[in-house]
Amino acid sequence: MTSSFIHPALIMIVGALLIPFIRGPLRKPYLFLVPLLAFGAVISNSSLHGIFATYQFMDWRIVFGRIDKLSTVFAFIMAIMAMIGTLYGLHVDNAKEHMAAWFYVAGSFGAIYCGDYLSLFLFLEMMAFSSVFLIWFRRGEKSLDSGYRYILVHATGGVILLFGILLRYQAVGNMTFNLLDVHHPELYTWLIMIGFALNAAVVPMHFWLPDAYSQASFNGAVFLCAFTTKTAVYTLARACAGMDILVVLGVIMALYGVIYAIMENDIRKLLGWSIVSQVGYMVAGIGIGTELAIDGACAHAVVHILYKSLLFMGTGSVLYMTGKTKFTELGGLYKKMPGTMVFTIIGCLSISAAPFFAAYISKSMIITAGFESHLNWAAWLLMFGAAGTFLYNGLKLPYFLFFGKNNCSEETWAKAADPTWNMMMAMAAGSALCIIVGTFPGFLYRMLPYPVEYNPYTVYHLAETLQLMGFVALAFFLLKKYITPEDKICLDVDWFFRMGGRLFMWIASHPLQWFDTAWGEAYRAVGLRSLMTTSRFWSWFDWHGIDGVVDGFARSIRALGARVRILQSGQVQYSIYYAASFVAILLIAYVLSQLS
Amino acid sequence: MRKIIEYLQARLKVVIGTCYVLLAGIVVFACIIDRTHAHTAEGRALPIFWSLFGFIAAVIIIGVARWYGHSGIMTREDYYDDHSAQDD
Repeated sequence: MTSSFIHPALIMIVGALLIPFIRGPLRKPYLFLVPLLAFGAVISNSSLHGIFATYQFMDWRIVFGRIDKLSTVFAFIMAIMAMIGTLYGLHVDNAKEHMAAWFYVAGSFGAIYCGDYLSLFLFLEMMAFSSVFLIWFRRGEKSLDSGYRYILVHATGGVILLFGILLRYQAVGNMTFNLLDVHHPELYTWLIMIGFALNAAVVPMHFWLPDAYSQASFNGAVFLCAFTTKTAVYTLARACAGMDILVVLGVIMALYGVIYAIMENDIRKLLGWSIVSQVGYMVAGIGIGTELAIDGACAHAVVHILYKSLLFMGTGSVLYMTGKTKFTELGGLYKKMPGTMVFTIIGCLSISAAPFFAAYISKSMIITAGFESHLNWAAWLLMFGAAGTFLYNGLKLPYFLFFGKNNCSEETWAKAADPTWNMMMAMAAGSALCIIVGTFPGFLYRMLPYPVEYNPYTVYHLAETLQLMGFVALAFFLLKKYITPEDKICLDVDWFFRMGGRLFMWIASHPLQWFDTAWGEAYRAVGLRSLMTTSRFWSWFDWHGIDGVVDGFARSIRALGARVRILQSGQVQYSIYYAASFVAILLIAYVLSQLS
Repeated sequence: MRKIIEYLQARLKVVIGTCYVLLAGIVVFACIIDRTHAHTAEGRALPIFWSLFGFIAAVIIIGVARWYGHSGIMTREDYYDDHSAQDD
């Protein structure tokens, strides 16, 4: 390993392994220190450029440290998120949960810095298998099932990616993780893209996300919302930039997520749908593939991590304090959770691309890139999705959670209050970053892969945004009775998988079971009798045939032996006599043969 | 914060009236600014284009979500649990 390069994944892994041994009053400072060290390593690495920490394994060159602007900007935001996420869950006493989160973060660092497909695959699998514990550690009624579905989907995605990687290796003879030839895609190009797209929750491979994230622990969801999909966005930006199909898929994601979020009753599942929609903008930007679009996708990934984690922290606080996540069991919480409300609203304004809030400086980059690339249909539909984003996330979420009809039970109302100091501090930090990035985008723009000449603070853009938000708000207040949350769930494409699984179980427990039983009966009635007859014949044959031959041979040998035994008297003179007689017979036979 | 919200709730008509004034102000602002940097011809030609776009988009999204949800996509909470129980 090159001395100048410090891998933050290594810090997180070693840090995670030591957590169980750091107890008592040292635990909290330790939990704060390790992500801080990882952040320091990322800052230190950002001054480098090139390939570091290579290792020759058989014919493959494994690269653990590929540093350029693309990897640096993603590693930077992941390190910030590791600090905020750990601060938010600082009071969690379960060491294993912290370990799972840090292994997950380490996997993300590994995937971002790696330069070959082999280590990329291993780090992505590390992410999948560590993050599932963040779902299971909630120990909720449905968490176990959701976790199994999550890991099953990601294992399938991993296998598809591995097939792609192996086919590519066979075709090109190296494992280098670089931009694929997206304009002349081979089978391996599609397989690798599908493997990444599944992690990015691209429709129709998205259903695992709202399902799993809504069932995760209150702080586990804060990590989950940031790392998996944005690491996938990084991999798509690295390998599939300019792949046309991604524009279509991204636009579908942006709109599909909006419709489901409008219908959703669970506050954290709504945010899950919101991730599908917002990652759609990034995927579309990567598909457009111009410098502005790639910059826009990266900037949107960065700000999305900030505001989405803030929103998951706000809703996680509601879950942590009240134990509830449904609009139909909440409402009117501004009275009991004012601090949480303020931070959540900052997150809502940030995702809605309100001026001076985070997404204002990134979402419009992607849409502008769409118009500039003459993909007007995509740009229009993304604007349409932006209106929907403000509708469900900027208005529906805060209104029905904090201001609307109070649906809380007495017990829920009694429990509701702003959460612990560390959770409030984490939300305050996230809020501050959302406003700072939205107000002063220059720092972020300088970190992006390509030089940025885009200025979000034009008068026209400001007027466009204010008009859009103002009149969406008008429509919401006129029509809000039509989107009042109902105590229902929304069926999605996972219906086919769940029902497919149940069909399989039904086939196994009904027709196959019947056939098995019938076969057993038939065998007992018909097969067993013939088998017994056959076995009796073979028993007879064995006794009289085989045993007869074997035993007869043995008896013959024994009889011969009895006769020969007479010759073996044990007296020397008899032995000499027999031997001499035998030799004499041989000699006589020889002489006679010579005479004739 | 709680007191501010309750103060505004007690004067809801004034708040709503202020919001309408703000909307009117946004429309006036959109009419007087330079639109030559708009991405599309519609944006350049119609000063309140994005006001209409936002309102119509929200109405369409609410309509589609309601129609889609009530066409069978939104179902009872124990939908999957029930099926599990039947299987058991």
